[in-house]
Amino acid sequence: MSALGRVVRSGVGRRRVSTLVILLATMMAVAASVLGGSLLVASSAPFDDAFADQHGAHLSVEFDADRTTAARLEASADTAGVAAASGPFRTVSAASEFGPLLAVVGRAEPEGAVDDVTLTSGRWATGPGEIVMSADLGMRPVGEQLEFPDLPGAPALTIVGTARSVTGTADAWVAPSQVAALTPPGTAGGYQMLYRFTEADTAAQITEGRAAVTAGVPEGAVTGARSWLTAKKEAERDTALYVPFLVAFGLLGLAMSALIVGNVVSGTVSSGLRRIGVLKAVGFTPAQVVRAHVAQALVPSAVGAAFGLVVGHLLAVPLLSDTETAYRTSALAVEPWVDVAVVAGVLGVVAATAWASAWRGGRLRTVDAIAVGRTGPTGRGRRAVRLAGRLPLPRPVALGLARPFARPARTLGVGAAVVFGAAAVTFTLGLGSSVDEVIAAKEHSTADVVVEFTPPEHSAAGPAPAPAEGPPEEPQTGLPELPDPARVTAVLDAQPGTRAHYGIAATEASVSGVSGAVTVRAFRGDASFGDYQMISGRWIEGPGEAVVPPPFLAATGTQVGDTVTVNGRGGAARVRIVGEVFDTRDDGMALFVDARTLTTTEPDLRPDRHEVAVTAGTDVARYVDALNTELEPLGLTARPGGSEPGAGSDSSAALKALAALLTLTLVAVAALGVLNGVLLDTRERVRELGVHRALGMTPRQVVAMVVTSVVLTGLAGGALGVPLGVALHHEVIPAMGDSAGYHLPDSVITVYGAGELALLALGGVLIAVLGALLPAGWAARTRTATALRTE
Amino acid sequence: MPTPVIELQQVTRRYDDGPPALRDASLTVLPGEAVAILGPSGSGKSTLLNLVAGLDRPDTGTVTVDGVRVDDMGEAASARLRRAKIGMVFQFFNLLDDLTVTDNVLLPAQLAGTPRAEAHRHAAELLQALGIDRHAHTYPGRLSGGERQRVAIARALMNRPPLLLADEPTGALDTASGQDVSRLLADLNADGQTLVVVTHDVGLAESCTHRTVRLTDGRITADTASRDTASRDIASHGTASADIVSEQAR
Ligand SMILES: Nc1ncnc2c1ncn2[C@@H]1O[C@H](COP(=O)(O)OP(=O)(O)O)[C@@H](O)[C@H]1O
Ligand SMILES: [Mg+2]
Repeated sequence: MSALGRVVRSGVGRRRVSTLVILLATMMAVAASVLGGSLLVASSAPFDDAFADQHGAHLSVEFDADRTTAARLEASADTAGVAAASGPFRTVSAASEFGPLLAVVGRAEPEGAVDDVTLTSGRWATGPGEIVMSADLGMRPVGEQLEFPDLPGAPALTIVGTARSVTGTADAWVAPSQVAALTPPGTAGGYQMLYRFTEADTAAQITEGRAAVTAGVPEGAVTGARSWLTAKKEAERDTALYVPFLVAFGLLGLAMSALIVGNVVSGTVSSGLRRIGVLKAVGFTPAQVVRAHVAQALVPSAVGAAFGLVVGHLLAVPLLSDTETAYRTSALAVEPWVDVAVVAGVLGVVAATAWASAWRGGRLRTVDAIAVGRTGPTGRGRRAVRLAGRLPLPRPVALGLARPFARPARTLGVGAAVVFGAAAVTFTLGLGSSVDEVIAAKEHSTADVVVEFTPPEHSAAGPAPAPAEGPPEEPQTGLPELPDPARVTAVLDAQPGTRAHYGIAATEASVSGVSGAVTVRAFRGDASFGDYQMISGRWIEGPGEAVVPPPFLAATGTQVGDTVTVNGRGGAARVRIVGEVFDTRDDGMALFVDARTLTTTEPDLRPDRHEVAVTAGTDVARYVDALNTELEPLGLTARPGGSEPGAGSDSSAALKALAALLTLTLVAVAALGVLNGVLLDTRERVRELGVHRALGMTPRQVVAMVVTSVVLTGLAGGALGVPLGVALHHEVIPAMGDSAGYHLPDSVITVYGAGELALLALGGVLIAVLGALLPAGWAARTRTATALRTE
Repeated sequence: MPTPVIELQQVTRRYDDGPPALRDASLTVLPGEAVAILGPSGSGKSTLLNLVAGLDRPDTGTVTVDGVRVDDMGEAASARLRRAKIGMVFQFFNLLDDLTVTDNVLLPAQLAGTPRAEAHRHAAELLQALGIDRHAHTYPGRLSGGERQRVAIARALMNRPPLLLADEPTGALDTASGQDVSRLLADLNADGQTLVVVTHDVGLAESCTHRTVRLTDGRITADTASRDTASRDIASHGTASADIVSEQAR
């Protein structure tokens, strides 16, 4: 073996602790980067990726089974411009025990030339009594039963799986033979055809394609159609806010990885300065020194990288499934090129850092290099020891406290790990809270009790593939069944326990200067407890006032304080904009007004939803029961408030899980940085520690000394890192909101409490102590004689 | 006159802003000489030796080793020069703790590209000659100070350098080990090895050298041939030492 090979081999094999730390650091860095990189990749275009992956349908069309035939539809697949088609599938709209109509499609298998549905759990429905639910409905877990009480015989199907179609072609799937059992008597049900077109980039091309494929069916046979562009818009509106968060998580993981690996490798190489000096004295050229140390760092790194890939892939399973939930996509996996890029990147950082530090060492005058470690503490270090000695502290603690001043560069390295750790944890926790706040602010769900209009009977015509989560109030179509709001108000006022309540009615109106309809939400009563977060201005206080989401202002070129004209069926009304509200529905094209504003423009408008706050100490369940008896004649149902079933709660849980995982990783990475610094320090001081031991220092005192040596650094790092994390959060969150097209209200940005911040700052000490414990134990266990013999 | 092995001309070396550690030093060492650099602690002895070895650079003046200027040499070039021409022995051994004794000794030969078999044979001979062959596969951490210094000497001799430099080679050793090492050095010189030994120990200087250069506060204050060198007892050190000595002479 060559001299170089021999030196590398001994450097790797005999310096087991350094080797192990480098191995661990690379492992964590690769694992964290695989996760971070995968998040970045998944976030780059979640809908487009899933759409391409599943051969999503550019157009899905619903037909009335009474007015066309399967053969005819099958023939439509041969229309010019159709690249591929799936179907026809039998469909039916079935009312489950949960109320809303489910668009059920009969499909023998999830695969297909178009709309290759991905199973997210369980298996496909193959026989009678089985159903596969859309993963986005989140109704019931696999294995449970779903009942259809309105159908003859009230059939109950077993949920055997959940699946996701990128364009949401169904709420549930059954075997084709099962569609008949779900079709109400006297109705024909429908067909579904899924098409991919050769040209499908614009709405015009889709309209053209739609005209072509439906040309052969009779007038009125088409009951619904949905373009992939609509699905894309909806999906992106839902994920727009999450994308920047996940991108931030991903970037954090990558940055921390680079930092830790650089830190560990440079520390390890620098600690070998004396060795470098000896090698040079024997005749190694600087280039040989550099090569030896680069190889010495690369060997354990390569092994660490291999382990890191395994760990990264294991962790990626839950992480990506959480991400799938957040993005409502499926089949996310770690891309092979991410693995390659991550390993190349991390090993590149290792090689570059080892090269740079060894090069510095190689440049150092050999005499100075040999003298390293034999030279005493610097003047600063000595002064610190003297000062600390005057404090009324046990000697080991005083020595420990003074230690950071002896090796400022190393202290800086340890401090940097703590600063970054504390900043990263602060930032991540803040991100998590902000996501919560965004979801809360989106949902406006602070009411204790919600009273909703229950539509009488569902019609069983062809299913409209509505988005899974029906918005709480769809623009109403002037249904006459809605009860008189005065009667509802009377009931609510009379009910003991009611503190406040308001009704919401939604309608569409045109606003001068805006093309297309604008959703107008009219509030009747006191909506001040409705958790509508203001971005600027104030909430409406009376008729003639309006608040709007920022996109409305942007689209109309208006500002808070301006007046706009609302044109309804009954006439026009002028309203003054008094504030900007955070609301993400309807793409932000909405006006929030007091109901009295619309008495002439929409005289028939009645609330279809009432939100109620109860007095303190009221039992909500009992209140709801009592209220329901009173409300029944009005056709209204009360239920406890809180988030809508399935509305963003999965995504929020997924994001929280992500935040927790990343926080843990970052803490571990920071602690490893500290561990490395302390380890190098104790190794360098092994002789000094031996002397202390010889003079009677107990192992416990050694531990105390080593651990206290990082306490000051930890405190300083925490005190510096936490404000840094907060500043980063305050800088990044609004920028994220802006990039997603939302101004975020204050509640989303100011998420830190003073107590929380203090705890986080102390967390810096915790990270430092965690990292120091292991080397401290090692130092305490080393036999005094061994320590003294070490050259 | 043959080419001097060492030639220093008006060399000055100053650390930071203190007084010069070495000032205006001029010195010539001829092949086969054994020179002791003698002086109290802090007088600049190690500074001088490090300059000769190319481990450090002077502020002014020139340093020539075996006809080659080392004072303005790059790091790589001086490394190659050390490999070929200079063996070094330090007070604190400076062995690589993570290499075995044999691997430490082999290192210079491996760097110089000596064929493997020859290098191993020579290393084994050196270890045997120095009486440490039974520790060949031990790590230096296990050895006593005297044994470690023998390993260091073996390593320094591995490439048969024309010049052997030793900085306080007995400074960390007990009397008996110190005398051992001193005798070893005398033997080497007897067989023609040019030798410069830095020490503050007059006894060591007398036992293994025949010229003494005195340093006081960085200045060369005396340069004298010591008393009769023939009085050194060559017969008393056994055949093993004589073997390496003949090895060196080849
Ligand atoms: N790396 C250095 N930095 C600063 N001063 C040094 C350094 N090395 C040696 N000195 C100083 O130079 C002087 C000579 O040192 P040195 O050559 O080591 O003396 P000796 O070997 O004779 O004991 C001393 O005063 C010492 O303090
Ligand atoms: Mg000295």
